[in-house]
Amino acid sequence: MTFAPSHFTAVLLFATFASVVFGITQRSTAAAMVKYGLYCFVLFVVAVVGAGWAMWLIRR
Amino acid sequence: MASHVHVTAKGGAQSGASSSTLAYGALVLGWLVPGAGHFLVKRPIRGLLLFLAITTMFVLGVAMQGKLYSPNTGEILNILGFIGDLGSGLLYIVAKSLDYGHLAVQVATADYGTKFAVVAGLLNFIAAIDAHNIGIGRKA
Repeated sequence: MTFAPSHFTAVLLFATFASVVFGITQRSTAAAMVKYGLYCFVLFVVAVVGAGWAMWLIRR
Repeated sequence: MASHVHVTAKGGAQSGASSSTLAYGALVLGWLVPGAGHFLVKRPIRGLLLFLAITTMFVLGVAMQGKLYSPNTGEILNILGFIGDLGSGLLYIVAKSLDYGHLAVQVATADYGTKFAVVAGLLNFIAAIDAHNIGIGRKA
């Protein structure tokens, strides 16, 4: 079994799984877990897209 | 009265000991099987979500032809990679015994796969400690 996602798909998968664990382990109530999980997911994706654009600018 | 207090104190000590056993059981079981520690401390939904997230991440890492580190005393990054992989508990042990995982990264996504497997293990450490914290009453 092999799996070869695109770079962006890999980022989304990584952000999803890590955010689920962060949300559950770092907060105590269900609402706070969902909120913090979404916050982490957005931060992961924004950070990666930002880093990608930064590398594009450095390359030019 | 005095004997009642004595019995209560003894009961409290036994309760504390069983709570401590439960908490350490959740820590070890949570490390061996992702999310199992949360089942032990009666948080099944959290346990199920953790199991799905960590197991899927590890399996995808292996499916992406990621490297699974072996015990080693070489480069510090290889040692840390092994510690990270070991965090997945039985997943790592079973995958290693079935000879899954590549020794060297051969395709671009395989590097991501290596990171997926390591991070799955590190996340499982966090999850197991969270189960322990629930077991000792530090977290709801």
